[in-house]
Amino acid sequence: MRMELIQPFINAADAVFSEMLQAPTKINDLSMDEETYRRKGVAAHILFKGDIEGRVVLDIAPEVAYKIASHLTGGTVQEGEQIARETVCELANMVIGNSVTLLNDQGFRFKVFPPEIHMQDEGLSGDHDTEAMVICIDTPCGEVFLNIAMHYMRRRRKERDAVAVD
Amino acid sequence: MQQFAPLHRKDNQSVRYLVVDDSVFARKNLIKMIEMFGGEVAGEAGDGLTAIAEFNRTKPDIVLMDITMPQMEGIEAVERIVRQHADARIVMVSSVGYQENILAALQKGAKHFVQKPVKAEVLYEILRYVLSDDPNAAGAPVALAGERRA
Repeated sequence: MRMELIQPFINAADAVFSEMLQAPTKINDLSMDEETYRRKGVAAHILFKGDIEGRVVLDIAPEVAYKIASHLTGGTVQEGEQIARETVCELANMVIGNSVTLLNDQGFRFKVFPPEIHMQDEGLSGDHDTEAMVICIDTPCGEVFLNIAMHYMRRRRKERDAVAVD
Repeated sequence: MQQFAPLHRKDNQSVRYLVVDDSVFARKNLIKMIEMFGGEVAGEAGDGLTAIAEFNRTKPDIVLMDITMPQMEGIEAVERIVRQHADARIVMVSSVGYQENILAALQKGAKHFVQKPVKAEVLYEILRYVLSDDPNAAGAPVALAGERRA
């Protein structure tokens, strides 16, 4: 898996969590995973298709999600499965949205699908020929996991244009 | 917590906001900021269609509008609201901040764009700027970071 594709996601996750929680975050662990993904808490699963195809899973324990939601809304949320899902989906949207912006600026075009909550315990299958990178981010509210599996589908627009001109 | 001077209309009334986002969590986060700015929440909506109905019902001073939503997306809702209310002041709030998205929103009539995660100080300056075009708004126009004003 190419690091140039992964880096925007790591940067975006770091920026989103440190900005939202107003505190530094730390990448605790970074590893490759060839197994199907088994969620640790509430997992939001986002697919994208186009120049790059793959999926990203943002996985947060419910108690960590409540802490984050409570911090961001000034303590106005009530604990419950729905608010944990909402929080994880919105955080996933922000991480993906910021990553997509960075990749789009680099010339990649792809469609991002809305997040879906992954509830099954049996695991999430990866893209057949793609290994996943698992990133554990340490935030003041607890650990957040990002699982990224993706691959190039096409050359970047500029490269394609250059080939066409040649 | 950072302190902000309250934003008022020229008639010294609180600025009234319509907050549109399909995520309750995101709406609560924006509402917390609105309260920090001394504003009042006129209404909330979770999709573009409801946003249009709520706009017609509440006639807010400012709309904070997400882009990606079910039923009707934010950019289409902006177009429909502005078609009916040319003076509507809509600020797009989205995590996807690439140029095509911003341009599309501005072309349909949005006044400004702010990327999520929203920084309170950035939103505050944008709101001051957008309200400065309002004949009811108080205070002089302010420049956004990196932006020159005559």
